[in-house]
Amino acid sequence: MATVSTVRYQRGRGSELMLLGLAALVTVAARGLVDYHADVIVISQMVWYTVVVVAVLLAIHIALRRWAPDADPVIVPAVSALTGIGLAMIRRIDFAWAARGKPTHFGETQTMWVLVGVGLCITVVLVLRDYRVLRRFTYTAGVLGLIGLILPLMPVIGHAVNGAQIWIKLFGRSLQPGEFAKIAFVIFFAGYLQTNRDTLAVAGPKILGIRFPRARDMGPLLVVWAAAIVVQVAERDLGTSLLLFGIFVGMLYVATRRTSWVVLGVGLFLIGAAFAGTFFGHVRVRYVAWLHALDPDVYSSGQSEQLVRGLFGMASGGLFGTGLGQGRPDLVPYAYSDFIVPSLGEELGLTGLLAILLLYVIVVQRAMRTAIGVRDGFGKLLAAGLGFTIALQTFIVVGGVMRVIPLTGLATPFLAYGGSAMIANWIIVALLLRISDQARRPQEVTA
Amino acid sequence: MNEPVRRLSVVTLVMFLALMIAASWTQVIQAGSLNSDSRNVRTLYREFGNFRGPFVVDGESVVFSKPIDDPYNFQRTYTDGKLYASATGYYSIVFGKTALEQTENSLLAGTSDALFWNRLRDLFGGREQQGASIELTLREELQRTAAEALGNQKGAVVAIDPKTGAILAMVTSPTFDPAVLAGHDTQEVNDAYAALDADPDGPLVNRAVAGDTYPPGSTFKLIVSAAALDAGYTPDSTVYAPDSLPLPNSSKSIENYGGESCGKTEQITLEQALTVSCNTAFADLGITLGWDAVQRKAIEFGWTDTFRVPLVVTPSRLPLNPDDAQVAMSSIGQFDVRATPMQMAMVTAAIANRGVLMSPYLVDTARASDLSVIQRSIPTVYSSPLTSSEASELTQMMVSVVNNGTGTAAQIPGVTVAGKTGTAETGLDTAPHAWFVGFAPAENPVVAVAVIVENGGSLGSEATGGKVAAPIAKKVMMKAIELAKEDS
Repeated sequence: MATVSTVRYQRGRGSELMLLGLAALVTVAARGLVDYHADVIVISQMVWYTVVVVAVLLAIHIALRRWAPDADPVIVPAVSALTGIGLAMIRRIDFAWAARGKPTHFGETQTMWVLVGVGLCITVVLVLRDYRVLRRFTYTAGVLGLIGLILPLMPVIGHAVNGAQIWIKLFGRSLQPGEFAKIAFVIFFAGYLQTNRDTLAVAGPKILGIRFPRARDMGPLLVVWAAAIVVQVAERDLGTSLLLFGIFVGMLYVATRRTSWVVLGVGLFLIGAAFAGTFFGHVRVRYVAWLHALDPDVYSSGQSEQLVRGLFGMASGGLFGTGLGQGRPDLVPYAYSDFIVPSLGEELGLTGLLAILLLYVIVVQRAMRTAIGVRDGFGKLLAAGLGFTIALQTFIVVGGVMRVIPLTGLATPFLAYGGSAMIANWIIVALLLRISDQARRPQEVTA
Repeated sequence: MNEPVRRLSVVTLVMFLALMIAASWTQVIQAGSLNSDSRNVRTLYREFGNFRGPFVVDGESVVFSKPIDDPYNFQRTYTDGKLYASATGYYSIVFGKTALEQTENSLLAGTSDALFWNRLRDLFGGREQQGASIELTLREELQRTAAEALGNQKGAVVAIDPKTGAILAMVTSPTFDPAVLAGHDTQEVNDAYAALDADPDGPLVNRAVAGDTYPPGSTFKLIVSAAALDAGYTPDSTVYAPDSLPLPNSSKSIENYGGESCGKTEQITLEQALTVSCNTAFADLGITLGWDAVQRKAIEFGWTDTFRVPLVVTPSRLPLNPDDAQVAMSSIGQFDVRATPMQMAMVTAAIANRGVLMSPYLVDTARASDLSVIQRSIPTVYSSPLTSSEASELTQMMVSVVNNGTGTAAQIPGVTVAGKTGTAETGLDTAPHAWFVGFAPAENPVVAVAVIVENGGSLGSEATGGKVAAPIAKKVMMKAIELAKEDS
């Protein structure tokens, strides 16, 4: 006898609304403090800002209630808080520059990108009703990803900023196609690995107690490794190559469950790193700056100056920070983009920085939970891959500014200034919401 | 695939844990050394970003921090920079701090422990941290009079209230305007400093307390006189005063200024010897008393001591184990005897204050932003080099110097002035340094002053202490007496 029974479950939309209220509070309060300390606080503007923040968050909330009612209720509040804190800090740097007679308008531009990003997030949730459709575009995504990587090398549209050839210019706007390529690659990896995981998991020779894959199955790993090196060489973009390679190894491990792939991946990575360090001057500079940042010679030659200035900022923040708007983060180059984390460390202190890192942990863990909860392999790989992308990207850039690893240029997800990254990361959020909606949807339980 | 996802999620946790440990390491454990790193301009900016307390002279802020719209937030402003540079020094983003800007830094910056409760109040009151104001002992009119009297001549003037030790005037010439070093344009400040540093006249040198010490010349005869009084002499005791005194074990001899005789006979009184500044008499007296006695007296007046006012005063020097010829030369303030103008002012002040030397000081009061007194200088005794009767005997001799001797240029109508001139040889080719030390009124002194004009000043080789330095001292003493009358 089969009976159908409904199970009481929590969709979590109510909790989400409450958490969104907290995110709105953090966003508005941060901006209020920044404006207050820059002596430009205008109540009518604060009211407007509050209205817009609440409206935007409500828009996502209503969209989710309507089109993805079972989506994870924690992801959006967490990334919203991060975005709001980032907006306040970017605005704060604008004020610092204005006070020095060199006005910048990163804050306004970034606000626009956030609106575009959130808009696209809602659109993706709305349009992409079933993420499994994406599997059909496995190879298309792969090709798009490659194109995205190669575009900055094209004449006319491609151009370099600070030595890294990772930008294209279209209609007067700069774009970092690498940020979108990473999403395309995660989709491609998820589709490809889901299809080929059995072949890849087939046992090969056993060396030193670890079973290695068969030589002919190592193809994909070698291809991605080679691609990462090519990116690195041609575009001088250490961050993106490290990110892509890391995502692939991580997803390969999830697909095959073979430690041997990780060992191989890390081995190949180390070979590549050693090679780059030996033959590329700009990579060697990064190593030296990383290992001997405080050495007077290295510092005065300018190799580690930016890094050390960031450390000085964080040190002056100490445990509780100088307070928003009361430090001197503008003394660090790129305080609004690559070095936004030291800026936050200075003004919010270790306490604030740990809270921010915990927000990332929450987002990443929610993505991983989604991967575990969803029932199809493609969805698992996709969710885990996207979650790992956020984690790895954050680790690479924050680890870089804190001397955990050599400094490479990447945008801190949700916090840093930059349209491409902001949009790309909100699209990742949309995909995660979609998958989690599937994962948390109640099943008909047959007993 | 759930197991590897779980493991991957543990990997991400470890990654973030590493970031958190790194952040804690940087912001807590390493923070101290990073904050004190000389390359960290934040410390400087933080200091400049706070309201730094002013220097106050006679109730007026002469140095203060003016709000300014640049990254430093405040501009250190010196309204009469050249006049007070000798005391305040400068406060520069490029060259750091000197003089009182440095010694009083923790009070000015508000970081001093003495300001703890004020800081706490500011914190809870939401007010910006404010530094204390420092009230100087300098008197505006006296400082200006001394600077104007000295004019363009190289030298220094120190005026002290002998009863307290308060430094009423401290002038060094040439001087500089701290404002040119306090600018926020690094290049301009560098250029200004390079120009000051390269100036052969040394405007950055504080000649009053920390220049090259000077041979005190005949003003050192006050020390020898004090030693003589200590040994039982009186102003009326006779001393040997030949026209020429052969130096022991030497072919040279000491003569009097201009080759003149000190008196009608070779035996004159001690008072007479000081009045005419008789070289042969004091050279012989030094040998008679013995160097130990002279040296002991000098040390009692502060010679060879390093002390702070709170600017560090260069120790004045005495020769080591001089032979008799060297003792003779030393006794008239030549050979290896060297003194700062501050030291000579202290000698004078001690005589003026009945033999009790008060520690000289420049800072009167430190007040918090709410005007409450945080620190107030209490006059302290430095030493007692003379008995009261010795001091009055020496005063009597010094009055004679001004009334009948070499110091007549220091006479003030209606006021008894005590003084001593000095004309210190500096070498064969250079004009002598002109000295005058003195105090007035002799009966109840309100000021003790020491003046030095390097290489004779505007008179060059024609100069004597009486001609060049005494008129400057006179102007300073007159102004001090006028101020004392106004105050009472």
